[in-house]
Amino acid sequence: MLAYVIRRVFAGVIMLIVMSIVTFALFFASPIDQASFICGKNCSAAQKAQTAAAMGYDDSFANQWVDFAKGVVQGRDYPDDPELRKTAPETIVHCDAPCLGYSRERGDTVTNLIKDTFPVSFSLAISAFVLWIVGGVLLGVTAALKKGTIIDRGLVGLSLVAYAFPTFFVGLVLYKFVAIKWGLTDIPRYTSIAEGGVGGWLSSLTLPAITLAVFFMAAYVRMTRSYVIESFQEDYVRTARSKGLRERTVTFKHALRAALTPIVTMAGLDFAGLMGGAIITESVFNYPGMGKLAVRASSDFDLPTTVGLVVLLAAFVIVANIIVDLLYAVIDPRVRLG
Amino acid sequence: MSTTSPSILPTTDPASEALLSVRDLHVHFPTQDGLVKAVNGLTFDLERGKTLGIVGESGSGKSVSSMAIMGLHRGTNAKLSGEIVLDGVNLLDISAEEMRKKRGREVSMIFQDPLSAMHPYYTVGNQIAEAYRVHHDVSRKVAKQRAVEMLDRVGIPNPDKRVNDYPHQFSGGMRQRAMIAMGLINDPNLLIADEPTTALDVTVQAQILDLLQDLQREFNSAVIIITHDLGVVAEMADDVLVMYAGRAVEYGPCKEILTHPEMPYTWGLLSSVPDLTGDTDARLIPIPGNPPSLLNPPSGCAFHPRCPHREKVPGDLCRTELPMLVPGQRGPMHTKRCHLPNADAIYAAEVLPVIAPDLAEEL
Repeated sequence: MLAYVIRRVFAGVIMLIVMSIVTFALFFASPIDQASFICGKNCSAAQKAQTAAAMGYDDSFANQWVDFAKGVVQGRDYPDDPELRKTAPETIVHCDAPCLGYSRERGDTVTNLIKDTFPVSFSLAISAFVLWIVGGVLLGVTAALKKGTIIDRGLVGLSLVAYAFPTFFVGLVLYKFVAIKWGLTDIPRYTSIAEGGVGGWLSSLTLPAITLAVFFMAAYVRMTRSYVIESFQEDYVRTARSKGLRERTVTFKHALRAALTPIVTMAGLDFAGLMGGAIITESVFNYPGMGKLAVRASSDFDLPTTVGLVVLLAAFVIVANIIVDLLYAVIDPRVRLG
Repeated sequence: MSTTSPSILPTTDPASEALLSVRDLHVHFPTQDGLVKAVNGLTFDLERGKTLGIVGESGSGKSVSSMAIMGLHRGTNAKLSGEIVLDGVNLLDISAEEMRKKRGREVSMIFQDPLSAMHPYYTVGNQIAEAYRVHHDVSRKVAKQRAVEMLDRVGIPNPDKRVNDYPHQFSGGMRQRAMIAMGLINDPNLLIADEPTTALDVTVQAQILDLLQDLQREFNSAVIIITHDLGVVAEMADDVLVMYAGRAVEYGPCKEILTHPEMPYTWGLLSSVPDLTGDTDARLIPIPGNPPSLLNPPSGCAFHPRCPHREKVPGDLCRTELPMLVPGQRGPMHTKRCHLPNADAIYAAEVLPVIAPDLAEEL
């Protein structure tokens, strides 16, 4: 068990290193000269060289990556110039470990940018996750148990419609109609627990979380329904019935137990993917999350922020994967880790 | 379906010894393509301590009939009619809850593939104990102890340790033993074994059949063994019921049916059994054609399109008229559903010399 976790974490770290190299390489291959991009139009050659030196862009690809990796472990100074450190320490920006880089566009370290945006994305993801898991699984199980009836057809039809609506549409309807026109809720503005308490935090999340959850919920209703229906066809469900068990026991102990296992896998990975994937919802509601940060970083060719976000989000997916696999071994006795 | 009738009234003569009597059982499934007539007018009796072998190919209605006895068609769209009287109670009249209480306690079933028939996420002991606890108000500990005893009884070594294993940690034969333990833990009057040895290799098959026979003697249960293997029938059964297209086509004492079959379908089944002592170059003789559609069964005798002897029946009787299940030439115990007038003679003259020449010479 422990050996398995260590091996998986080790493999995960290697994967992260590879991902950061690939992201670096993509920006190096791009036709845009980072230094002149930051420096602007009326930039002299000397200013450009200075900018490049400050950001480390004058170095080779390999050295830049090594500097980045070092920064993650021990922190980093921009510019990393011992001369300047003596003469004008106030012009140096220090970036504490784990340093994911410094964004000239944002004027802050990537670590700080992420620290600011992470709670928003995480709050959104977790509240949407709870909504869609509870709603999706309950409705999916209901549809499966009422298979063929009007309830089942209604749920399946509804989830098909919800699945087809684009997220920005759902978000706009909720934002413009529910919040602004009808005034059913406050106009959503992200409120942290520190600002508004748990109540304020939750109510600020309601509409965006619903927006985000609708699509996933629709997918989970259909997925859960088909898993449960499939599970009721299994021989062991027939065995459970032939023992004389109550239908309730047959349903919950035997059929659902097996049907819901694959949903754990899906849910873990979808959650991790959602951390950086709530771009549209964050944009519609103008929530300052990591999704919006990622969009701005890529449209500004903000290499440090982009690399930082890619590595962080990849780490989420890798960690979620490991957790899901460990959880699977707990749920299904046939799975042996090794 | 009437579910309100509180009938515990005996529908048969209490003096009759039959534990189970099935009368004119029909099981039909309405589908989008039409009515699938899986079982059509099945009638048989089974006494306590006796074994009935139900034989037939896939789709002949064997499993569907046994599921009907278990009441497992309840909650589906299957249409059942007739009578299934177990211990004086018509199982088709009682409520779903009453049927549930009988299931596993008075009548239990073991299935063909014990790997898929056991839940992969629960231990073998848990699943066996669960079968006991649903019908007995005992603690988990007592039920588990009982499961260990049953595992020991069916020949699982180290039962107190293996009780905590999961089904995938058992071998195929052990899983089937565990299924038998689960089926017998409530000491049911009737045990239905649906192809209990099909998924096992031959040496394990023999062990499982021996075990079933021992336990049947010990528990004095009636057993219905469903199979397509006539070897299993010869070893286990007191009576044999041969099914074809949802109907009984031949029914009688085991030895009688196996030595003097009077229905060409039974002849076909006998011909397709390999003879271990026979010539290794000898070919098995399969029954020509395919099992009939249950949506559009053939007219007359359902077996007539595949029957090599239909020319021997005068007129076009086989194609036009369904033969009744009536006693053949060898007395009232042996019934058959066939128009052939002198079936026993045809069997001795034409079929036996081909499938068992040495036996034919003795006659």
